[in-house]
Amino acid sequence: MGDTDTLRRPWEETASAGVSATKTLALDGALSLASGRTLDGVVVAYETWGHLDALGTNAVVVCHALSGDSHLAGLRPGEPDDAAPGWWDVMVGPGKAIDTDRFFVVCANVLGGCSGTTGPSSIDPETGAPYGLRFPMVTIEDMVDAQARLLHALGVRRLAAVVGGSMGGMQALAWVKRYPERVASIVADATTWRLGPQAIAFNEVGRRAILEDPAFSGGDYYDAGQPESGLGIARMIGHITYLSDESMHKKFGRRLQSSAEYAYDFVSEFQVESYLAHQGQRFVERFDANTYLYMTKAMDYFDLQGDAPSLAAALRDVSARFLVLSFSSDWLFPTARSKELVSALRENGNEVSFAEVPSGYGHDAFLLEPEAQHRLIAPFLTNSLAHARAAAGAEGALSDAAPETEVAS
Amino acid sequence: MTPRELLRADQQLITDLVPEGARVLDLGCGDGALLARLRDERGAIVRGVEIDLADIAKCIERDVPVYQGDLDEGLNDVPDDRFDVVILSQTLQVVKRPRLVLSEMLRVGKRSVVSFPNFGHWRVRAHLALRGRMPVSEAIPYSWYDTPNIHHTTIADFRDFSADCGAVIEREIAFVGRDDGRPRLVRALPNLLADEAVFVLRRK
Repeated sequence: MGDTDTLRRPWEETASAGVSATKTLALDGALSLASGRTLDGVVVAYETWGHLDALGTNAVVVCHALSGDSHLAGLRPGEPDDAAPGWWDVMVGPGKAIDTDRFFVVCANVLGGCSGTTGPSSIDPETGAPYGLRFPMVTIEDMVDAQARLLHALGVRRLAAVVGGSMGGMQALAWVKRYPERVASIVADATTWRLGPQAIAFNEVGRRAILEDPAFSGGDYYDAGQPESGLGIARMIGHITYLSDESMHKKFGRRLQSSAEYAYDFVSEFQVESYLAHQGQRFVERFDANTYLYMTKAMDYFDLQGDAPSLAAALRDVSARFLVLSFSSDWLFPTARSKELVSALRENGNEVSFAEVPSGYGHDAFLLEPEAQHRLIAPFLTNSLAHARAAAGAEGALSDAAPETEVAS
Repeated sequence: MTPRELLRADQQLITDLVPEGARVLDLGCGDGALLARLRDERGAIVRGVEIDLADIAKCIERDVPVYQGDLDEGLNDVPDDRFDVVILSQTLQVVKRPRLVLSEMLRVGKRSVVSFPNFGHWRVRAHLALRGRMPVSEAIPYSWYDTPNIHHTTIADFRDFSADCGAVIEREIAFVGRDDGRPRLVRALPNLLADEAVFVLRRK
């Protein structure tokens, strides 16, 4: 082991998870939502990697962030080898931190999303038209409930770990609070137990840009084309919050995009302007404006403490192990919030490890600092698996000779 | 199975001081070797605090829960008497605010165990007295200008310091560390003949 393992840099091995196709599952019956409404005919889009072991001890759910999807790693069928791999390819694959040789990894598009799972752009069976704003408000907990239904259908009863960054981390926290007996370990990466007013404020400005775009048409824009201007602006604001002062200085400085001199005009001149415009443009090509509204609102509503007198009290039933990571320049999901979570867990006696990874990348660091995350998350998950297997063994079900079976192909 | 690791001499002594099943907090726990040993051999419930990220990764490898924190900021979120034993092993000399750190240890733990290199050892004294230079030794292997050790103490000084912080000394183990990890205990003239010491303290 040792030598080859230390020389290997698995996070640099692109698309090593191979090719995987998005699958869909239609949930049986209605899904009850936090708002009191119910949703019928929910379809969940998901991908899986690796195999569930005979005792079902090695399942890991990875939850995606605001603009993510189920395509976590590797390539989609038919994509060329040099296509951009899944959004967390640096962390997921054989020998990577989320090791697909050892874990059965599941990633589902969230409820309310626009990448295959039922959301506001889906057809409302009652009207035969897209839901638009008639889609019920969904919460982080509702997203988790939909995933729980999916896992049940896949034959997964327990999770060795739930891993998530940003909004995905909120889902990981909601997972363990909602289903404490099913989740052995949590990786809460660049996330928070609730947003502060600063983050809510940025979300609201993004939503306003969409809602007040004339093309928004009350959310019923699916025939005429979506509010590109509003969604693009929302994404530009988002990107500002994902970067840091330092990373913007390094990436753009005050450099001009294509001229040596100022144009004395309102055209996009500075590199940072071009970058934001480009990010906005790319986003409107792949993301639904209504989903953006629903996702940001779900994040704003998320509060792990809920009605409990303290965060610790809210987590009293949770016995899972935790790894909480923050990034030094992340001002959107700041270290201070992560420490509050860690404090509550320590007060409750949970096994919790916490580190603040030094990084200049701002909130984006969880996508851009694979080495540090690898060094912390990989051993944590290795031990998560050991704990999950020990727990299964303690129930008298463990047999080392049990053959591995494939649950989903 | 990994072979049983050789612990530092003071850690070996500390292992013997921790009761079965104790709740243990190690401040400046380094790579987590001591806590892993206490968990595996003493059935202790262990928690570490460490500032260095590489060490934190090693703690996580050993499945030792570790919190990245600066001891000089205290242990605000830890309730009184939360731990049976709080350890400060070879760390006192590197903290900026030793009084705050020891007071916090006494508050959150029923027993505090502190180990440190003894600056009163005759070799250190001789170094300064005869050569007129800042001592560099096996127990204190740094030059004055690049040492992390900013608060050197002697066994005699530490006794006063403990009393000053409102601690009662329950045990005092003076020893000479050796390469085999098996300390040689020093009973006579400890402040002169021992190069390290382990103190067990509790609140008055």
